[in-house]
Amino acid sequence: MTTGVTAPGVVRVHVPGRSVRHDLRAIKIVLHREMLRFLNDRTRMVSTLVQPALWLFVLGTGLGTLVSRGPAEGVDFRTFIYPGVIAMTVVTTAMFSAGSIVWDREFGFLREMLVAPVGRASIVIGKCLGGGIVATVQGVIILALAGLVHVPYSPTLILTLLGEMFLASVTITAFGVSIAARMKNMQSFFGIMQMAIMPMIFLSGAMFPLAGLPGWLAFLTKINPLTYAVDPMRHAVFGHLSVSPAAMEALNPGVHWFGWRVSTGVELALVALMGLALLGLAIAQFRRTD
Amino acid sequence: MTTTEAPAVAVRGLRKSYGDFEAVQGIDFEVRPGEVFGFLGPNGAGKTTTISMLCTLTRPSGGSASVAGHDVVKERDEVRRNIGLVFQDPTLDGYLTAEQNLRFHAELYGVPREAVAERIRQVMEMVALWDRRDAKVNTFSGGMKRRLEIARGLLHSPRVLFLDEPTVGLDPQTRSAIWGYINRLRHSEDITIFMTTHYMDEAEYCDRIAIIDHGQIVVIDSPEALKASVGEDRVQIHTADDERAITALKERFGLDAALREGVVTFAVPAGEAFVPRLFAELGLPISSVSVSRPSLDDVFMNYTGSTIRDAEGESGSSAWMRAMARR
Repeated sequence: MTTGVTAPGVVRVHVPGRSVRHDLRAIKIVLHREMLRFLNDRTRMVSTLVQPALWLFVLGTGLGTLVSRGPAEGVDFRTFIYPGVIAMTVVTTAMFSAGSIVWDREFGFLREMLVAPVGRASIVIGKCLGGGIVATVQGVIILALAGLVHVPYSPTLILTLLGEMFLASVTITAFGVSIAARMKNMQSFFGIMQMAIMPMIFLSGAMFPLAGLPGWLAFLTKINPLTYAVDPMRHAVFGHLSVSPAAMEALNPGVHWFGWRVSTGVELALVALMGLALLGLAIAQFRRTD
Repeated sequence: MTTTEAPAVAVRGLRKSYGDFEAVQGIDFEVRPGEVFGFLGPNGAGKTTTISMLCTLTRPSGGSASVAGHDVVKERDEVRRNIGLVFQDPTLDGYLTAEQNLRFHAELYGVPREAVAERIRQVMEMVALWDRRDAKVNTFSGGMKRRLEIARGLLHSPRVLFLDEPTVGLDPQTRSAIWGYINRLRHSEDITIFMTTHYMDEAEYCDRIAIIDHGQIVVIDSPEALKASVGEDRVQIHTADDERAITALKERFGLDAALREGVVTFAVPAGEAFVPRLFAELGLPISSVSVSRPSLDDVFMNYTGSTIRDAEGESGSSAWMRAMARR
């Protein structure tokens, strides 16, 4: 060493080369930051809860007086939209998490991540898993309300819903990140987010059953990816209710492709596949910003 | 470390253009290990673009550059592992605490787990922020944020620390405190420092300076040698009629004077001895006169033909340049 004398007591750290272990640490810390940010931001937690509570208890109660007749007799409308509201909560929270990338860009923190000697993939995966966990945690609060809308607190139901929520959250976060990767400011991201979320929720069967719809509407619901995340949740909830076969038929009709009822396994596989594809897209988007 | 003897930074014909605009036009220089190397020039001269290329954030359009012995294009991760960065604009997460910000960095850079806690304490103590470690960064002043960024840039023991305008926008007291840390660093950390600045007085702290203007390096040398190369003192006079004074200086003394920042300015050897002659022979009333030894300002003027502030005024592209570099 020709330069300077290292002062006594100085810990010179040696940073080893790239390894899987290092990538995992990077994923973990990006994820960890998402959680910290979520826990620190009480306003966000509360604000993302207001909307589902409104849907569930205000709109659900109001519309319920109209809807709960005919074949759906005896089933509370709020019970029907409950899985839909879970999906909505999860989607909104996940999109918010994804949007934080735009925030990071605006406030410079993204640069700190992009100049680090880690792959873009680690950062994107960390972000998507973090968004997934945060959205699932937010969904847990809705799960806690199950009793108020006559849904039993069955351990199998809760576990099933948790798994389905997490899968949907990661996929939606990946979707959001692939949009956010190229966005320069929050306003345009939120604009696009509104534009994407509203139709997706409306056409997913979250608010009304996917039975007896006119052809064009039925078609739109079938090509909407969110449909395949909502239907398994509804299926799980209705599996734990005792309702008449007629009501089951009317409220939990499932998704049909050319007369075949798509099984839950296929639906979940579809969501997972989309999630992976979107994750790949998000990573590619990030690599392009180099 | 085997790379110590090689130049810390080596740049050959480095170029960057944005469309038709050539921000950096083929520059060459080397930074020796352990040096504090200053990159000096007005905003828009190509400083930030150069630093972005050296930090692997911007791809060069041509030429090559290596940092800590690694090519900035082909060995990007190696370069990144070996450099610390402090940007002009803050890159901290204000919602996290100071320590959480550093921990994030340590994990992202793969600092060995057993060393993380001790190293974080050490760099935070160096910038006197250890007792504020649990405070949210949002509550920090501009100077504290900059100090924290310097600490973060050092966390993974980089070979080269890049400081892009480290003191811009800070009050004089904080500026001198930051320089205190930088000077101490050179001894405690065995590190090369590459910094950009457009404050002439700060350039004096550097071992060597490169003056860059319009995307080209004009001169590289130590501050002393650069000042000696100017050789002449700077004289500034206030008169009732500046235009006539400039003409008279040309006719009677053969001196090229010009208005710099609103004052008639010219360079002359042995300025103080010249003043009596000036009063006697100019033929115009002079209301005040000042003579100064060559400063880096004069060096800059000597090599680029304008003061750094004048040069900034003319460069309308600086805001755009920064936007490009910022992404």
